[in-house]
Amino acid sequence: MKKYLLPSVKMTAVMLVLCCGIYFGIVTVIGKMSPGGGDGETIKVNGKVVGYEKLGQQFTKDRYFWGRPSAVNYNASGSGGSNKGPSNPDYLALVQERIDSFLVHNPAITKEQIPAELVTASGSGLDPHISPAAALIQVDRVARIRKLDKNKVEDLVNNHIETNPIGPDLVHVLKLNIALDALK
Amino acid sequence: MNKELLGVVLIYGLTILLAILLGRSIARWLRGEKSIWNLMAPLERLVYRICGINPEEEMTWKQHLKALLTINLVWFVYSFVLLISQGSLFLNPDGNPSQTPDLAFNTAISFLVNCNLQHYSGESGLTYLTQIFVIAFLQFVTAATGIAALFVLFRALRDKVTDKLGNFWVFFTQSITRILLPLSLVVAVLLLFNGTPSSWKGKDSIVTLQGDSVSVSRGPAAGMIAIKQLGTNGGGYFGVNSSHPLENPNYFTNAVETVSILLIPIALVFAFGYYLKRPKLSRVIFSVMTLGFLLILSTSIWSELNGNPELEKLGLQQPTGSMEGKEVRFGPAASVLWGIATTATSNGSVNSMHDSHTPLSGAMQILDMMINAFYGGVGVGFLNFFIFLIIAVFISGLMVGRTPEFLGRKIEAREMKIAALIALLHPFIILVGTALSSYILVYYPEANWAVQPAAWLNNPGAHGFSEMLYEYSSAAANNGSGFEGLGDNNIFWNVSTGFVLILGRYLPIIGPLAIAGLLAQKKYIPETAGTLRSDSYTFGIMTFAVIVIIAALAFFPALTLGPLAEYFSIR
Repeated sequence: MKKYLLPSVKMTAVMLVLCCGIYFGIVTVIGKMSPGGGDGETIKVNGKVVGYEKLGQQFTKDRYFWGRPSAVNYNASGSGGSNKGPSNPDYLALVQERIDSFLVHNPAITKEQIPAELVTASGSGLDPHISPAAALIQVDRVARIRKLDKNKVEDLVNNHIETNPIGPDLVHVLKLNIALDALK
Repeated sequence: MNKELLGVVLIYGLTILLAILLGRSIARWLRGEKSIWNLMAPLERLVYRICGINPEEEMTWKQHLKALLTINLVWFVYSFVLLISQGSLFLNPDGNPSQTPDLAFNTAISFLVNCNLQHYSGESGLTYLTQIFVIAFLQFVTAATGIAALFVLFRALRDKVTDKLGNFWVFFTQSITRILLPLSLVVAVLLLFNGTPSSWKGKDSIVTLQGDSVSVSRGPAAGMIAIKQLGTNGGGYFGVNSSHPLENPNYFTNAVETVSILLIPIALVFAFGYYLKRPKLSRVIFSVMTLGFLLILSTSIWSELNGNPELEKLGLQQPTGSMEGKEVRFGPAASVLWGIATTATSNGSVNSMHDSHTPLSGAMQILDMMINAFYGGVGVGFLNFFIFLIIAVFISGLMVGRTPEFLGRKIEAREMKIAALIALLHPFIILVGTALSSYILVYYPEANWAVQPAAWLNNPGAHGFSEMLYEYSSAAANNGSGFEGLGDNNIFWNVSTGFVLILGRYLPIIGPLAIAGLLAQKKYIPETAGTLRSDSYTFGIMTFAVIVIIAALAFFPALTLGPLAEYFSIR
């Protein structure tokens, strides 16, 4: 063993320089050239930062489109899923509660219309998206509260659908809500 | 066809294509032929000169193991010291505390064995210093250790009698300079331009559109995510790993990361055949692995796309499948592909919460880790498969009444004993660990630990048992993912999984290398018409049967108590 100790220590030092120092140095420099300068892209409204492009945020007020339930309430200092198993009775009661509450706030729709992601927590707790169906069933509520034309709100949602030929179609909740605030 | 399934097919197909190309290129350089990698030679010579290494010096298998274990010991001491003192060191903009000794023991061991069992959350449990100089460092060097060990095996199986099997330091250095560093750089750049941060600024505070004040954790994540995937380590920068939108911002990055998980393990299978000039042998091995992988994958996809039956009973529609613990931007199909890829390759990164998968999908993930040889981790996956090959050769030899031979060398009692021990070790440490934790949970629920046993499980009933079974399977396979509901940051789990990790890493490296070293010194017997050909598909089926029998016999009862019981109770 002794014969290999000195080369081991030296090799460790060399690899620290190569894999940590030089590699991360290069990545950081290239990061400066990427959108957001490597610090994360932000979204601004009237020059004020209201969120990070990639991170979801909590919407509880009726006048906004809602995102998914989150195990960390969308506080991005941490992250987390519920880690509830599919047969857990407490979990099933919680989902039932979310369904009931959603129906109270959205009287125009029925239980069968709610897509599952609106009453289940995401893996990260920071999911910024919902499916187009999940946005469309909230149109009635949002239009009513804001006293807007329903068709106009529906068009807005349709304009915010990001299609993907090999994956799920998405609606970015924060961007949709910012556009909604701008709607007259 | 459902477009999400199309996505899965495309990602998987692309992976295999790239892996064949990479495997061919690795074989070329190992054979000493001219290749693009020669560009790295000056850098490598510099490394050897600084370290005082003679790259021409060839080692026996025992010398290889001594070098491997010595440098691993150095890394352990270094990492442990940094983790227990990180709170008072530099590069700690968020003011995170040092780790407790038992947590630091677990973390250091975990990453030392190229696993990523994380009993902490990255945002609060590490500093920028330890994220880079401990975690990412180990992600590079331990992956290179696995690849270097596999190269020793490659050398040993050449058709000449020798005890000289190349130089460990050379294999190790080249794995980093020629595979891991260049590929990581490519992946990191792709991630950066899709929104993954490489920030040194610490947390940001913002007021959301609705008016809530929240903080946002950031950090030098992009570089680390690239190597965590390519080196099949899987340790995430953020707590929820690659389901975090900053680690994995969109469908494209998800595809890139999925390819990165599978790329090197599959490439090494092809490299083996090209190197030995037996490409058909590689194709047979690849087919056996792929058959197992696809059976497991399709079961899991079927289960997830059907959704959670309990939610259906509440009257809920699940048009896209089970969504609990998954991200909308990936959808269930791509999440399942990732879940199966990450458990097959002992990677351990996740893009959905495995704890919330439907029972059969969870069962497939656990089974993947129990078998641990369908592709497997970089280097070590193939070493595990090699053990199954040896057993299959031996059993087939007995069936046809011939002395078992593999690639022109006799397999005798000594090699067989080693192979049998290694094959049995894996079920032994998983099942004993799970039994021990179940016993403590039942008889000592009030034990005075940071998390009392009574509070370990996040879910009742069969699913709770699955959480413990998953944890030990993950530790033994050096996988690192978890049913994360488990309350595992306490002395029992930190120490017990720590030992399982060590056993699950080093013995499966030492065993195959010993067999290879012994075989290399035996007389080479040219193949004749009477030889059992290991590159035939008949032999492939035999190997598959051996794997199924060993995994099914050893693990079926445990799977019945956990995920299968849950499946039948909610069907």
